[in-house]
Amino acid sequence: MEVKKPAVAGTLESSDAQVMIEPGDGKIDLSLQSSVMNQYGRQIKATILETLARLEVTSAKLTVVDKGALDCTLKARVECAVFRSCDASDANIPWGGAVR
Amino acid sequence: MKNAVGREIPDFLLTNGKEVYQGKNYMDGKYIQKASPRTRRCEAPQESKIVASLVDALKACGAKSGMTFSFHHHLRDGDFVVNMVMKAAIEELGLDNLTIAASSLGSAHDPIADYIEQGKVVGIQTSGIRGRMGEVVSAGKLPTPAIIRSHGGRPRAIEGGEVHIDISFIAAPTSDCVGNCRGIGGKSDCGSMGYAMTDAKYADHVVVVTDCLVDFPNMPASVEAIDVDAVVVVDSIGNPKKIASAAARISQNPRDLMMAENVAKVIASTPYFKEGFSFQTGVGGPSLAANLFLEQYMDERNIKMGWAIGGICGPMVELLKKGKVGKVIDVQDFDLDAVRSINQTPNHFEMSASQYANPANKGAFVNKLDFVVLAALEIDTGFNVNVLTGSDGVLRGAPGGHPDTAAGSKVCIIVTPLVRGRMATVCEHVVTVTTPGDCVDVLVTDYGIAVNPLRPDLIECLDKAGIPHVSIEELKDKAYSLVGTPDDLQWEDKVVAVLEARDGTILDVVRKIKPYQLDG
Amino acid sequence: MIPRPRPERFRLRRTMMFMNAQKPGLIKDAYIYGCDSIMLDLEDAVAENQKDAARFSLYHALKTVDYGDTEVIVRINGLDTPHWQEDIRVCVAGGADGIRIAKCESAQDVKTVEAAVEAAEKEFGVEVGRTLLMAALESPKGILNAYEICAASERMFGVAISGGDFRKCMQTTPQRDGVDMLVARGQMLIAARAAGVQCFDTVFTNLDDAEGFEAEVLQNKAMGFDGKSLINPKQIRFVHQVFAPTEKEIMQAEKILTAYREQSAAGVGVFTVDGKMIDIAFIPGAERTLKLARACGMWEGDLV
Repeated sequence: MEVKKPAVAGTLESSDAQVMIEPGDGKIDLSLQSSVMNQYGRQIKATILETLARLEVTSAKLTVVDKGALDCTLKARVECAVFRSCDASDANIPWGGAVR
Repeated sequence: MKNAVGREIPDFLLTNGKEVYQGKNYMDGKYIQKASPRTRRCEAPQESKIVASLVDALKACGAKSGMTFSFHHHLRDGDFVVNMVMKAAIEELGLDNLTIAASSLGSAHDPIADYIEQGKVVGIQTSGIRGRMGEVVSAGKLPTPAIIRSHGGRPRAIEGGEVHIDISFIAAPTSDCVGNCRGIGGKSDCGSMGYAMTDAKYADHVVVVTDCLVDFPNMPASVEAIDVDAVVVVDSIGNPKKIASAAARISQNPRDLMMAENVAKVIASTPYFKEGFSFQTGVGGPSLAANLFLEQYMDERNIKMGWAIGGICGPMVELLKKGKVGKVIDVQDFDLDAVRSINQTPNHFEMSASQYANPANKGAFVNKLDFVVLAALEIDTGFNVNVLTGSDGVLRGAPGGHPDTAAGSKVCIIVTPLVRGRMATVCEHVVTVTTPGDCVDVLVTDYGIAVNPLRPDLIECLDKAGIPHVSIEELKDKAYSLVGTPDDLQWEDKVVAVLEARDGTILDVVRKIKPYQLDG
Repeated sequence: MIPRPRPERFRLRRTMMFMNAQKPGLIKDAYIYGCDSIMLDLEDAVAENQKDAARFSLYHALKTVDYGDTEVIVRINGLDTPHWQEDIRVCVAGGADGIRIAKCESAQDVKTVEAAVEAAEKEFGVEVGRTLLMAALESPKGILNAYEICAASERMFGVAISGGDFRKCMQTTPQRDGVDMLVARGQMLIAARAAGVQCFDTVFTNLDDAEGFEAEVLQNKAMGFDGKSLINPKQIRFVHQVFAPTEKEIMQAEKILTAYREQSAAGVGVFTVDGKMIDIAFIPGAERTLKLARACGMWEGDLV
């Protein structure tokens, strides 16, 4: 998918993550803050990048502020931000396909 | 050298007879040589000990660089006195090389972090450390490691001379002109002054700092004039709003309530739950809520609690007033209901930290405790508990009375959610051992109960009562299945804090954390 | 991925607890409190501009969280909104046990949802007929059409009344004795029993009023409800306590079933237990009592 406009998903509540996405310059540019950085930073980063790869996003600027979200929440927030950035978040989501 | 909880203690700390932790009750029966302070005689009659300022008090007590000043933490996050005294000593008198020996320190003391960075404060000995001070100490800004002791370990160290207090500063809600102090009757009331009592007896000099001067004699005194050199009257010793909460309310959080109910069930399944049993609980959500459910079981079986100790708050005072508890013995008060009750409600008494929890005297209250219910930041599969360091390895907690009550009680119950956000509370290895696993008996979580295999008697009690329980490894596995297995923290060699077991042996050390590399 | 067993149309549903599907901290482990069913809410709890985000959260929760024996129902948005079709797709793709149709007013509403569910089952390769349905009756029209709604589909396992909206339509407010909804509750119960589906009462929202809550639950039980919707885990225990059978009822049910087995093997259709005449009409009730007793941890046995 192509990130077409800036979009946000998620909140700064505990156990959630806020994902901000903007069109990129040909690569994935990730800035990550996390309340559990020392113990889960690498796993969080891997989850975010895997999710983007499944959605075939190759160019985006992402700012993620994580408040201790589980992997399933991280995925949901990244996916929602990407679909919102393409105005495609409301219907016909490929559940079980690119979203899984 | 490895100690009994498997922690590697560096040899440079094992000098002057210091040993590594050997297990529960290792020091039992050994002798201790008590230290005695060098104090000034006030033989000639004296109308008043009031001096004009903190600087005058410091001068009168011969304050100089390199000294150790002590403080109590009854004013908690509302305390002004530590900052006030250190400012006078450092900025007005130009002293440096100072050590702070406090019963606890919190975010109220953030300004002290600057003095540490400036090299003016070079030593910290405390039970709790939080906020900016925790951060600078964790960053290795002290020239010598901070020493962390439990509430019982601190009076042991003072009485045994391991901590020599040059001047003790006692924040007093009320005092008379010669230094009889009480925790009530003023504008910054804290109730019990239990943590100040040993300091007053063992410090070379004692300065009372009050914002409410009352008529002589201020009786019954928590700290007595016979130990006091000088009295300073200031505008305010603290922010009352942050000293004691209006009323500790019992949690309405359904998770807390569910765990609290299971705690009460476990307690009621043991043979120690009988007429006259003794009890202590923390003020955390599920610990405090356990009071509520315990009362239901007491009513059901028609039994009363003999006595309760600890930090006290409203719900326990309520039980006392209802006649469901025989006596409440109080080292610290957490809310205004408890503050108003101490020494007022019949059978609500004050005690010193030594009387409460010191393992080196001839029998503290904790030694006769049946049940204690405590919280944890982390607990590992060896039942070792951490209440000091965060998951990032930074100092932000307090052992407090945790290790003392756990060791002394017949049944120590830890109650904690299995995970907090993405942090596994039940884990493979805690970051820092603050209460050794041989003192912890039962773990109650929102995902199940585990009993320490060292207590087959309790396992039998739970089985008989039909209370399901699992191994602590199963709980750990469940936690990791929810949040993922955490990466190990990366440490440098530098030791920033030494964690003393309550008996004075070394339980663990906290090292400086390495900056995290996301792309390592 | 957690595979869930095929949902059971008629199972124990004493307690259905509502959870905002948008709140990660809530939905990750709502099952620990021991309610029979969890109701993940895409409707009122989720703000209009977060419906999309809630679906992504819901999908991953359904696929990741092991809810064990707890039933997982999703409340979808009303048929008068632009959201319900995508809600159904995500429920079916995620493998929810059932869908609660909000603001249901007619058999046609049920059939509309059923068609969309079947289409989604085919799209996502889910066994056709797996996803159960229940209807929430929130208006006078819904109550008047209760029977046709209950009987509209083989997927229907029950109906629930939704007190908030219904009371507004009726220009009334919650009353201590329940008179405000007495007729509606009664009519819905009759319709549900006539159609052979379950019937659930509405939420009690004032968490500080324990006495009022308890009175309502006792009335629910007396009227014959199968269970109740809840908004807070602390309400679960009392409902389970009230809906539990008595020792006497359990013993009676055991006797009836044991006698029935023996007598029917001998070809006898009508017999007496403790002087009371028993025939096959008593059997479903006795079986329900023992199943309930087992769920309440009061009975272990193999009669049911």
